[in-house]
Amino acid sequence: MARGFRSGGAAALALVLAAPLAGADEVIDDELVINGEIPIVTQAPAPEHVEAFSVIRSGWTFRSPETQAMEMDDFDNPAILGVEAARDDFDASLGANGESCASCHESPEDLAGVRAVYPKWDDAAGEVQTIEMQVNECVTERMGAEAWPYDASRMVNMSALMSFVSRGEIVNVAIDGPAAETWQQGKDMYYTRYGQLELSCANCHEDNYDNMIRADHLSQGMVNGFPTYRLKNTKLNSVHNRFKGCIRDTMAQTFSPGSPEFVALELYVASRGNGLSVEGPAVRN
Amino acid sequence: MFAKPVACAAFLIVSGLAPLHAQEVVAPSAVSFTDMGGIETSLTGTPGDVAAGAELMNKGSGNCIACHKVTALSDLPFHGEIGPPLDGVATRWDEAQLRGIVANAKKTFPGTIMPAFYHTGPYVRPGDAFTGDAAKGDVAPLLSAQDVENVVAYLMTLDTYPE
Repeated sequence: MARGFRSGGAAALALVLAAPLAGADEVIDDELVINGEIPIVTQAPAPEHVEAFSVIRSGWTFRSPETQAMEMDDFDNPAILGVEAARDDFDASLGANGESCASCHESPEDLAGVRAVYPKWDDAAGEVQTIEMQVNECVTERMGAEAWPYDASRMVNMSALMSFVSRGEIVNVAIDGPAAETWQQGKDMYYTRYGQLELSCANCHEDNYDNMIRADHLSQGMVNGFPTYRLKNTKLNSVHNRFKGCIRDTMAQTFSPGSPEFVALELYVASRGNGLSVEGPAVRN
Repeated sequence: MFAKPVACAAFLIVSGLAPLHAQEVVAPSAVSFTDMGGIETSLTGTPGDVAAGAELMNKGSGNCIACHKVTALSDLPFHGEIGPPLDGVATRWDEAQLRGIVANAKKTFPGTIMPAFYHTGPYVRPGDAFTGDAAKGDVAPLLSAQDVENVVAYLMTLDTYPE
């Protein structure tokens, strides 16, 4: 017994990590309730448009117990510092018009549920908008201030606040009607094998989720936990920043946060998580 | 002052690896695959170096164990589960087939996730290594021809299934 463990050390470790999650579509026991009061749906029947899965799972279900625990209490979740910073911005008069977010939306909590349906088609703009684009529309058009850079910490914090007030709401992104074309663009990207390593999102997160790739335990690549505090870089990361890193790691010329390509990809990937709870700002490795 | 001796040393190292009379290295675009996706002849004419191949299993652009478990390398941490374990791989495939799989596994297994290690495209949005920027000019293969031979030489040593 001891001998077997020693000779297969790395494999044994991988087995230990994967053991509670074994079986691709098996229902797992882990239950996430934040602060003992916000139940989070971390696994759900797959939406019809995700043919490859029968069950969808939040990235939380793939993480180690230690990382999982950090998300179970806001005092242990470093992302909450960003949420608090965004609350200050929410009340601050930002531009030439003397207005703040609070001028129209009394409190961030008034916006509960908004995150769950974004990205979303915007009739006036004639395009699919992410939360960040909507924030910038308010910042520039209502407040008369300079647009915030898409991936600046100020924007990521505000996005984290929008997730925070929607935690527990069920993701329900519309994929039809005027959003259909952008959704299809995102889907095409999801299955495109980018870069010199010729890897698509699907190669890892659809075909190989729950498998170890070197020391990483591959998830289904859900984005319901974004923005996400990553232990790897000890900061809040936007969805687009994560996309950028993934495509870079295929040895490809990647896309920029805020690009139309990443907006489309975000819509598609978010829709794969229809049925999970909004969980951001989450903690991941 | 130092440039010349250093350059000479470098030349000696390079020439030590590839004898002047060696066969010409087969370019990635000139590789001839069998119908089954194998490559019958050496890409360099220089026998593969098992120890150098073992290094590539763990490091650099090889990093084979990122996806494949190899019991003989179990002193190294974190073997992946993406591809099949390579224990006994030399009993399942001959050298030509292993060379073909390392060079471009898609010729053996159409649609496989496994990257092509001796291949230069065309790629979708080829990058400049892992910078996220566009590639500057032609992309070099992930492994050199001799790297491929070295990895194949190592794989040929995996001819038993550990207890």
